[in-house]
Amino acid sequence: MAYITPVLPEIIVLTMACVILLADLFWRRRFKGLMYWVSQATLVGAGFAAYHMLGDAPTVIFHGMVAGDRLSAIFQIVIFILTIVVLAYSRAYIAERGVFRSEYFVLALTGVVGMCVMVSAAHFLSLYLGLELLSLSLYALIAMQRDSIGATEAAMKYFVLGALASGLLLYGMSMLYGVTGSLRIARVASVLATVPPHDLVATLGLVFVLSGLAFKLGAVPFHMWIPDVYEGAPTAVTLYVSTAPKVAAFALFLRLLVQGLHGLSGAWQEMLVMLAVLSMGIGNVIAIAQTNMKRMLAYSAIAHMGFLLLGLLSARVGGYADALFYAIVYAFMSLGAFGTIILLSRKGFEAERLEDLRGLHQRSPWYAWMMLLFMFSMAGIPPTIGFYAKLAVIQAAVSAGFYGLAVVAVLFSVIGAFYYLRIVKLMFFDTPVDAAPLRKAGDLRWLLSVNGVAMLVAAPWAGTLIAICRAAVRGLP
Amino acid sequence: MIDVYRHIALSIAIWLPIATGLVILALGSRAPGLVRPLGAAGAGITFLATVPLWGLFHAHSFAMQFGERVPWIPAFHINYALGIDGISLPLVLLTSFIGVVVMIAAGPAVKDRVAEYFAAFLIMEGLMIGVFCALDAMLFYVFWEAMLIPMFLIIGIWGGPNRVYATIKFFLYTFLGSVLMLIALLYLHFEAGETFNIASFYNLPLGRTPQILIFLAFLIAFAVKIPMWPVHTWLPDAHVEAPTGGSVVLAAIMLKMGAYGFVRFSLPIVPQASHELAGLMITLSLIAIVYIGLVALVQDDMKKLIAYSSIAHMGFVTLGIFLFQDIAMDGALVQMISHGFVSAALFLCVGVLYDRLHSRAIHDYGGVANRMPTFAAFMMLFAMANAGLPGTSGFVGEFLVILGAFKADFWYAVLAATTLISGAAYTLWMYKRVIFGAATKPSVAGLSDVTGRELSFLALLGAAVLVLGLWPAPLLHVMAASVHHLLLRPGVHLAGATP
Repeated sequence: MAYITPVLPEIIVLTMACVILLADLFWRRRFKGLMYWVSQATLVGAGFAAYHMLGDAPTVIFHGMVAGDRLSAIFQIVIFILTIVVLAYSRAYIAERGVFRSEYFVLALTGVVGMCVMVSAAHFLSLYLGLELLSLSLYALIAMQRDSIGATEAAMKYFVLGALASGLLLYGMSMLYGVTGSLRIARVASVLATVPPHDLVATLGLVFVLSGLAFKLGAVPFHMWIPDVYEGAPTAVTLYVSTAPKVAAFALFLRLLVQGLHGLSGAWQEMLVMLAVLSMGIGNVIAIAQTNMKRMLAYSAIAHMGFLLLGLLSARVGGYADALFYAIVYAFMSLGAFGTIILLSRKGFEAERLEDLRGLHQRSPWYAWMMLLFMFSMAGIPPTIGFYAKLAVIQAAVSAGFYGLAVVAVLFSVIGAFYYLRIVKLMFFDTPVDAAPLRKAGDLRWLLSVNGVAMLVAAPWAGTLIAICRAAVRGLP
Repeated sequence: MIDVYRHIALSIAIWLPIATGLVILALGSRAPGLVRPLGAAGAGITFLATVPLWGLFHAHSFAMQFGERVPWIPAFHINYALGIDGISLPLVLLTSFIGVVVMIAAGPAVKDRVAEYFAAFLIMEGLMIGVFCALDAMLFYVFWEAMLIPMFLIIGIWGGPNRVYATIKFFLYTFLGSVLMLIALLYLHFEAGETFNIASFYNLPLGRTPQILIFLAFLIAFAVKIPMWPVHTWLPDAHVEAPTGGSVVLAAIMLKMGAYGFVRFSLPIVPQASHELAGLMITLSLIAIVYIGLVALVQDDMKKLIAYSSIAHMGFVTLGIFLFQDIAMDGALVQMISHGFVSAALFLCVGVLYDRLHSRAIHDYGGVANRMPTFAAFMMLFAMANAGLPGTSGFVGEFLVILGAFKADFWYAVLAATTLISGAAYTLWMYKRVIFGAATKPSVAGLSDVTGRELSFLALLGAAVLVLGLWPAPLLHVMAASVHHLLLRPGVHLAGATP
C-alpha cells in the first residue's frame, strides 16, 4: 500500500472521472446538478489525500517515475483548491450556455490528473505524459462550445502551437538524454554536475526544454497563443486555463530546471532574464492597447508570468518560494477578475468589452469595490496582497544581485498600473451604459466577495502563505 | 491609564479614522443620515485622541516616543513599528486637525456618493498619519502607496471636468516616483542584515556610489511628492480638478510627506550623498522659489495660482532642509506646518467662492468684499500669511530659512528673498482682483456671506495661523531636540561643518 500513497490523489481523481462519465449515461436526466457536486467532492477528497502525504518522507516510486515529496503534495493541494474555486465560479455560466454536461467536469478532472502527474514527475516521460494529458483536456475544453467560431479557432491555434511546443520540449529532452544517458531527473542532475558548464549539446537541450516550458507558462516570445485562447474560450474555461495550469507549469520549471538542470543554472538564469524582461515589457505595453477585457487580462497574465520568473531566476531556494507565492496570489487575482466578467455576463451576452464595466459602481457598488481590489492587487499597490507578491519576487531578484532587472521590473509595473487604473476609471468615474441587473446566482456572488475581500484581508497573513511556499521548495538545490 | 495611552495612541490615530471610514462605506446608502455625523465624529475623536500626544511628549528628548512594535510579516522581516519624534509629532497633529476641517468643509456641495466621499477622506487620514508614524521602512511604504488609492478616487469621482486625466497623471507620477524608492529600501534591507527597521539603516557604512544611487532613488520619490521643479507638473492639474477637500488634503499634508521623507530617510541614511548633492537640491529649490513664483503671477485660475504658490513655498522647505543648519531646518519644518494651515485655508476660500458661482477664474469675480465682508476679512488674513507677513505663521518659516541661507551663501538668501516680493505680488494681486473694487458683475452682486459652517472652519484655520505666527516657540521647542540630533549625526554633521 505504501508504495502507491504518493499517487493516491491521482488515483482518486481519475477513478471518479471515469465514474462520472459512466454515471452520466444513466442518470443525466434524474439528477441534474449531481456531476458538479461529485466533482467537487472528488477534489476535496483528493485534497485530503494529498494533505496526508505532507508529513511523509520523500520517496520515488514506480521505478523512478513519480516523486512523492512535499513539493508535489503542496502543489497538488494548491491545484485542487484552485480547481474547486474554478468549478464553483463557472457553474452558473456553463449552465446558461448549455455546456453543463458531464464532459466538462470529466475534462476538468483529467486535466487535474495531468497537472498532478506533472508536479510529481521524477522522470522526463512521466512529466511529458502529465503535460500532454493536461494539454489535451484543455484543447477539448476550449472547443466545447463547438458552434462558437471563436472557441474553435482558439482551440485549433492552441492545439497546433501546443503540439509544436511539446515537440520542442521532447527534442530538448532527447538531447539531454544524449548527454546524460538517463531520463530520470535525479540521474540527469547528477550527471550534469560533472559535465563542463558550457557543454554545447546540454546547453542546446536546455534551450529547447526551456522554450517548451516558456510556451506552457506563456512567457514572451512564446506567448502568441495566450490572447487568442483567453479571448476565444468560454470565460469559464479561460478561468480554468489561467489559474491551475500556470501553477503546474511553474512546477515544471522547478522539476526540470531546478532539480534536473541545476548544473546549467548559470545558462538558464541568463535565458530567464530575457524571458522575464520581454514578458513584463511586451505584456504590459500591449495590454494598454486592448479593448477586450479578456485579451487585456491575457496580456496582463503574460506580464505577471514575467514577474514570476523574477523569483525563479534568482536560482535560490528563497526565490522559488517567492515565485510560488506569486503564482498562487496571481491565480486568485485572476479568478476574481474573470469571476467579475462571469458575474456581468448573462445568457446571450458576454461582458467582455472594457465598455461593459462602465459605471459598475453605480450599478452595483459592492462588486465594483471587489473589482477595484482585484485591479489594484494586480497592479501591485499596497495594502492588497498583490503588492506583497511583487515585493517578494523583486526582493528575490535584488537578493541575487539583479538590481538592473529589479529596476526594469518596477518600471514596467508602473506602465502596467495604467491599464488597471483604466478599469477602475471605467467602473467609478463613468456613467453606466448597460442598466441590466446583475446575475442572481448566490454562490457566485459569495465567492466573488470572499475572493475580493481576501485581496485586502489576506495581506497581513501573507507571511503564513509564504511559509507554506517555503516548506514546499525546501530541499531543492 | 496614561501608560496604556502611550502604547496605543498612534494605533488609535491610524486605525480609528480607517475603521470609521469602513463603517461608513458599509452603511453607505442604507443610512444616509448617519454619514455626516459619523464622519465628523470619527475625525473629531481622532483629533482629540492625538492632542494629548503634545502634552505627553518629552520635548527634551530626540528619541522616538509612543513606540509600538509587533512582528507583522516575519517572513519578509516586516514589523508593525510606530513611533514619533519632534519632527513627526507636529505633522501628525496637523493631519488630524486637517481631517476635522475637511469633514466640516464637506458641505452641501457634496451631493454625489456622499458615503464614499467621507469614507475616502477618513481612510486617507489614517493612512497619512501612518506615514508619519511608521518606523519600519516597509510599513512606511505600504502607507505611502496605499494613500494613492483614496486620492485617486477622490479626484476621479468628485473632481472637475478634466478629472480623469488629472487623477491618472497624479497616480502614475507618484507611483513611478515611489517604485524606485522600493528598490532602494530593498537594497538597504539586505545591507542592514535583513531588517526594515529605519533606525538600523542609519549609519550603515555605504560606499559613495550606493549612497548617490540611493539618494537619487529617494529624490525621485520625494521630489515628485513635494513636488519640486521640474517634476511638479502633476500638481496644478490635480489641484484644479480635485474637489475642495481633495485640494486641501493634497496641499496641506501630502506635499509635506516628500519633505518628511528627506528628513527621515535621505539625510540620516545617506548623509554623504546628501551633502554632495546639496548644491543640486538648493538649485532646484531656488528655481522653484523664483521661477514658479513668477508662473503663479500669471495664473487666472485661483486654484492653479495657489497650487503654484504651494510649489514655491515647498521650495523653501527643501532649501531649508539642505542648508544643514539648525535654524534653517527649524524654518523648513515650521514652514511645513504653516503651509499646511495656509494652503488649506486658501483652497477652502476658493471652495467657498466656487460653491456660490461655480467658477475659479479670477476675472469672474471682483468686488466680493461688498457682498461678503466676513469672508473678505478671513481671506485677507490667509493671503497675508501666504505672502509671509510678520505676525502670521507664514513669516516664521520663511524668515528662519532666509536667515539660514544668509549664513550659507549670500546669493542663496537674495534669491530666496525674492519670494517676499513675488509671493506678495501674486497673492495680493489675486486678492485685489477678486475681493476689491465695485461689484459690477451681476453674479457677484448676488453673493451671500459665509454660513456658520464655513465660518467655523475659516475661524479654526485663522486661529491656527495667528497662534503659530505670534507664538511659534512651543513648536520650535518640540522640534529642537530632534532637529539638533539629526544634524549632529556623524555623517550629517561632519560634512556640514565644511560647506
